[in-house]
Amino acid sequence: MTALLEVDHVSKQFGVGGLLSRRRVDAVSDVSFAITAEVPDIFTIIGESGSGKTTLARMILGLEKPSSGEIRYAGKVVSGTGSRAERLEFMAAVQPVFQNPFEAFNPLKRVDRYLASTARRFLGTADDAATDKAMDEALQKVGLSLAEVRGRYPHELSGGQLQRAAIARALICKPSLLITDEPVSMVDASLRMSIVNLLKSLRDELGVSVIYITHDLATAYYIADRILIMQQGCAVEIGPARVILDAPKHPYARLLKASVLSAADAGQGKLMPATELMRECEELLKRDDAGRLVTQEDGRQVREYSAGSP
Amino acid sequence: MFSVFRDLLRYNIEFAIGCVFVGVIVIFAGLSFFSPFDPTQVYTVIPDRPPDSQHWFGTNSRGQDMFWQLTFAFRNTLGFGLTVAILSRIISIVVGLAAGYLGGWVDRVLMFFNDIFVAIPIFPILILFYFVMRSNLNSFTLALIMACFGWPFDARLIRAVTLGLRHREFTRQAVFAGMSPLKIMFEEHLPYVMPIIFATALANMIWSIGLEVTLAVLGFTNINIPTVGTTLYWANNHSAMVVGVWWWILIPVIIVIILFIGLFLLAVSLNEYIDPRSRLRRMGA
Amino acid sequence: MADILTVDRLKAYYLMNYYGIRREVRAVDDITMTVKQNEVYGIAGESSSGKTSFIKVLAAAIRPPMRIVAGSVIFHFGDRNVDVTSASPEEIESIRWKHLSYIMQGSMSVLNPVRRIENIFEDFAARPLGLSGRAFKDRVITHLAKLKLGPEVLRAYAHELSGGMRQRVTIGLATICNPEFIIADEPTTALDVVVQKDVLSLIRDLQKEMGSSVVFVTHDMSVHANMADRVGIIYAGRLIEEAPTRQLFVAPKHPYTAHLVASLPRIGDTTQRPALEGRPPNLAAPPPGCRFHPRCPLAIDICKKEVPPLEEVVPGHRSACWRWRDVEPLAGSIAVARVAESVA
Repeated sequence: MTALLEVDHVSKQFGVGGLLSRRRVDAVSDVSFAITAEVPDIFTIIGESGSGKTTLARMILGLEKPSSGEIRYAGKVVSGTGSRAERLEFMAAVQPVFQNPFEAFNPLKRVDRYLASTARRFLGTADDAATDKAMDEALQKVGLSLAEVRGRYPHELSGGQLQRAAIARALICKPSLLITDEPVSMVDASLRMSIVNLLKSLRDELGVSVIYITHDLATAYYIADRILIMQQGCAVEIGPARVILDAPKHPYARLLKASVLSAADAGQGKLMPATELMRECEELLKRDDAGRLVTQEDGRQVREYSAGSP
Repeated sequence: MFSVFRDLLRYNIEFAIGCVFVGVIVIFAGLSFFSPFDPTQVYTVIPDRPPDSQHWFGTNSRGQDMFWQLTFAFRNTLGFGLTVAILSRIISIVVGLAAGYLGGWVDRVLMFFNDIFVAIPIFPILILFYFVMRSNLNSFTLALIMACFGWPFDARLIRAVTLGLRHREFTRQAVFAGMSPLKIMFEEHLPYVMPIIFATALANMIWSIGLEVTLAVLGFTNINIPTVGTTLYWANNHSAMVVGVWWWILIPVIIVIILFIGLFLLAVSLNEYIDPRSRLRRMGA
Repeated sequence: MADILTVDRLKAYYLMNYYGIRREVRAVDDITMTVKQNEVYGIAGESSSGKTSFIKVLAAAIRPPMRIVAGSVIFHFGDRNVDVTSASPEEIESIRWKHLSYIMQGSMSVLNPVRRIENIFEDFAARPLGLSGRAFKDRVITHLAKLKLGPEVLRAYAHELSGGMRQRVTIGLATICNPEFIIADEPTTALDVVVQKDVLSLIRDLQKEMGSSVVFVTHDMSVHANMADRVGIIYAGRLIEEAPTRQLFVAPKHPYTAHLVASLPRIGDTTQRPALEGRPPNLAAPPPGCRFHPRCPLAIDICKKEVPPLEEVVPGHRSACWRWRDVEPLAGSIAVARVAESVA
């Protein structure tokens, strides 16, 4: 099996604070995972705000440099600092979808401009007809058509349409990996599932691997093949999605699951917070030893800590 | 663009007044092309005549018809202000967009020079230029020098806006759509700073015209070119107020005040158009 | 139980006119509802569905360009009836915080960044409570203890607290005067899931203890499922369905609600979820008839012409749909899942 994307012991520190009280914060510490080239995969990164999931995504896209460790795409190190030709080659293979569909396109410009630019730059379409064809093909894949999008400004489209147009834009250059950072958190409830279903069909029908970053365990369960759960920059549990979400082992993973509000209990007022788990997680963060990921029988890795008081 | 202009004209009284004021003066300056007199000639009419039906603005002590003389003066002054505004806008756009979007060392270098230009006192520098160049200092050269000093504040403003735009998701979208930095700066970000550019251009005109008048009154420009400033210089030179030729000073001052108020109102109303908060206030009651 | 709030045929429009563009946005169009004492009433709706405008009216924050076009919003505090659509500013000032209070989404906008928390409490609550000095401080400390906040919080500035703590302080501010009616506008949307559950249970506990009524607004249906006693669904400026929570989730009587419920993904369930096509209507030019008809799978001719009235279809359950009898729980919804479980 060859690896499409390898995240190899990646850490990222940021300096926070003023000149005098400057301290270093670990946004991401020692995260590793790989996505294979053969089987398309929806790899989900789950964490709360400040867990480092967005920083990780930015590093994979080459928008940020890891402090240590390496990210390789198809064997080449992702740095974001290479020549423009190298950068374009990388962008043709790895494309992002952002969080807020209403921010995804310049409100003063027409939406199709981005699709056309992508087609011309990455597919090298020479004339308008070829560009239009590439745009229409990509838009069809997401359930839109060029006729619906051409000449429209962002405010003329709904959040769901914009997010799908953004995904179509990313698909034009036929990428093998899509990095989606909270793609549905700003989309209205009635339109949300159309985006999630779309990501699923990209994997099943187009063979595109997706890195799906979210804080929502329910959609993760719905579409993910594998998940990585992050707590304050550390990977605490990683492995097959359903195995983990059905019975999480790490206290933080258990806490996340316990905190999910389920509509299945509608009207029963089940709101008791998992106080016990919350305390356990807080204690884990205070420990000096960071523990290490231990592989379990069922294929997942769980962070375990040496015995003894923190 | 045109519909914005029409709406502003119709519903924003400041903008309408500003347009009328500036428009009247532009037309007045335009009349210079039909002038029966050569503005550089002296003693073409009887000197020191107060305003009457023949000489609407009177004549001055140098034997020039003030009406036609002032049309030339305002043409040159407006042209001067416009040149400074356009040139300094070009510098501030390029510097502001590049510093804001490219960031890093480009930003640091550009802002270093920006701060130098902010710190240099402009008035002594202009006087220095006058003493070095003397009669070689024509309007355009002076405009060029002033443009070199009129950009830094606005470049900072544009940089601040671009800095915000750089982190917006649509900029990333453009990057991953394969657009070049030049294309992103001038096609994605420039439309956002366009309104700022218009508003600051008007403020910049007020600044440059005011400075030119100051310099000219003191005699630090080429006094043979008729401008608002040199008109006042000559009036002062002939002690117009003392000998009772008040119209020589009063009329150009009134017209230049009208011009300033007009430009100011335009700048204010455009600012209001740019800033949605003040628009909401207007909508309020 | 007695009603504490009666909203009668309320219409609140945004009338805008700037730079020559005249627009009338019907943000709240003919809403009639009541909230009982000691009840949590959930309001659900998408962005720009008019739910924010509606609670602005409830909160007596009616400012231009929003105008009340028709209807009334009457609060019944004891023997006192206050219609916030016509009350004087002094009258509204007299009920604010003491009878009617709010928990807002952005806690930072409520908490003055340059005042310590104790000063903020003084600003808000000292006068309505009629306490001062030591007595007031003791009262605040006991109240904060209920919210699991220690007295050291009082000396802090807002930015020194975590998001969850800030939101608890805002809840403390809103509840310290034991108000009879609390309006909570997306109070947990910006919070992480773990903190969210914690904060929600605090609001619920306080509400039970004080016996207040809460109008709870959020777009997140799973929050409503666990928080509300009754839920009202707003679509395009209208209340389209209202029912006790369990009933709404198990047997919705409006196709829009059915879709919302069915599209909620759940852990332990990977069946394909349906997605609703189309987009919410523009409130400046809503479609005629039922505003949902362009997206509705059940739409027939009458839906395109006549507005369905919000009527009681089952006791305690109101729906505004011409075809409410034909609304079936969709695949993926709880009711269907239950049936599958019982079969297995």
